[in-house]
Amino acid sequence: MGGALNINHLIFLGHGALWTIGLSLIALIGGGTVGFLIALCRVSPLRTVRLAAGTYVQLIQGTPLLVIMFLSFFGLAAIGFNISPLLAAGASMTIYVAAYLGEIWRGCIEAVPKPQWEAAEGLALSRTQRMVKVILPQAIRIATPPSVGFMVQIIKNTSLASVVGFVELARSGQIINNSLFEPFLIYSIIAVIYFALCYPVSRLSRRLELSASQKKPALA
Amino acid sequence: MGIELDFSVVLERWHSLLDGAVLTLELAAIAVVLGGIIGALGAIGRRGSNALIARICGIYVEGIRNTPLLVQIFLVYFGLASLGLKFSAFTVAAVALTINVGAYTTEIMRAGFDSIHKGQIEAAEGLALSKAQIYWHVVLWPAVERVYPALTSQFVLLMLASSVTSQISAEELTAVANYIQSETYRSFETYIVVALIYIALSLVMRLGFWVIGQLLFPRRRRLGTPL
Repeated sequence: MGGALNINHLIFLGHGALWTIGLSLIALIGGGTVGFLIALCRVSPLRTVRLAAGTYVQLIQGTPLLVIMFLSFFGLAAIGFNISPLLAAGASMTIYVAAYLGEIWRGCIEAVPKPQWEAAEGLALSRTQRMVKVILPQAIRIATPPSVGFMVQIIKNTSLASVVGFVELARSGQIINNSLFEPFLIYSIIAVIYFALCYPVSRLSRRLELSASQKKPALA
Repeated sequence: MGIELDFSVVLERWHSLLDGAVLTLELAAIAVVLGGIIGALGAIGRRGSNALIARICGIYVEGIRNTPLLVQIFLVYFGLASLGLKFSAFTVAAVALTINVGAYTTEIMRAGFDSIHKGQIEAAEGLALSKAQIYWHVVLWPAVERVYPALTSQFVLLMLASSVTSQISAEELTAVANYIQSETYRSFETYIVVALIYIALSLVMRLGFWVIGQLLFPRRRRLGTPL
């Protein structure tokens, strides 16, 4: 097996892996920014804002990422907006990641013990000050392990960008396979590369979780 | 620029969409049941005294959880084919999804098992229950009860992830959608409709799991340690 697999193929796979990392970063930054806003909206004192953000989360979490990809690439093209695979994949990932990170971070904001809010209120801090100076610094600490854990999902899910022709790792594997037809070998290599990208992140997340559970603050 | 949306050509193919939705639920049901069994066994294996089995279960969990489902599906599909084993796309999809969700279920179940207080097991030993009885009555069911919300979210995610099997042409909902949009050139409308169907399916699944939860765990326990 693999007689025809040469160094050029591996270089091509390397480029694909770089785009996988690139798209993951785009999704993390874009999805993180929007997700942060979603999380803030979810704990807003305004009912309509909470409801709107909640609806967004429910709709996106009920839809497969693959369908979002198809919708933003083929769907938008069909009604006259031609966008590049990079834009379609980046936008889809951002929309998708925002819903999940928004929900994770809402949980983290709500996990900050209630007396912290009350104490901040008692110090006559404004709502913004309470959020920025008291709640968020604690929420960020709670949020770090699950956010790093979700990064693994982001990296894996970028493989779905292959369906809109974005040449990341999975797509570059398919392209090589189309010329060599060594599916077992090539997809095994792809799987190993994904594993090499994801496993360190998984380990980091678990280490963070362990250390967070060991020094649990004696609040509440 | 004027955008004209025409949902009628998509909606008049409702019977294909319905078939696809049913197949999606079938795939999810198979993977949930078989994956649930794998998960329970995997979690027992991971916590067991046999180091080799524990290690194999660990490799399975980490290997699956750190690689994309799409690649796993391709590996199973083409891997079995290269061994000369020809299966339908549906069978391969079911196998790949089962292997995938089994790994996540293993982790969730393990967390559930770990949450069972040691004193409970010692008490059961004191009552002279056999090892199997202890696992069934004292460890498994209370653990499932505790991790039930996490398990069911994972199963809904699995149903959504089954859309990926459209890439090997299993005739589920997303594959039906791809077919309809290539026939009608109405991609935007098609995928909007399909997204709404998926949202409806996840609501149906959540409702179903809630009802099952109410039936399985009638006494609402007050748990001292939230997971």
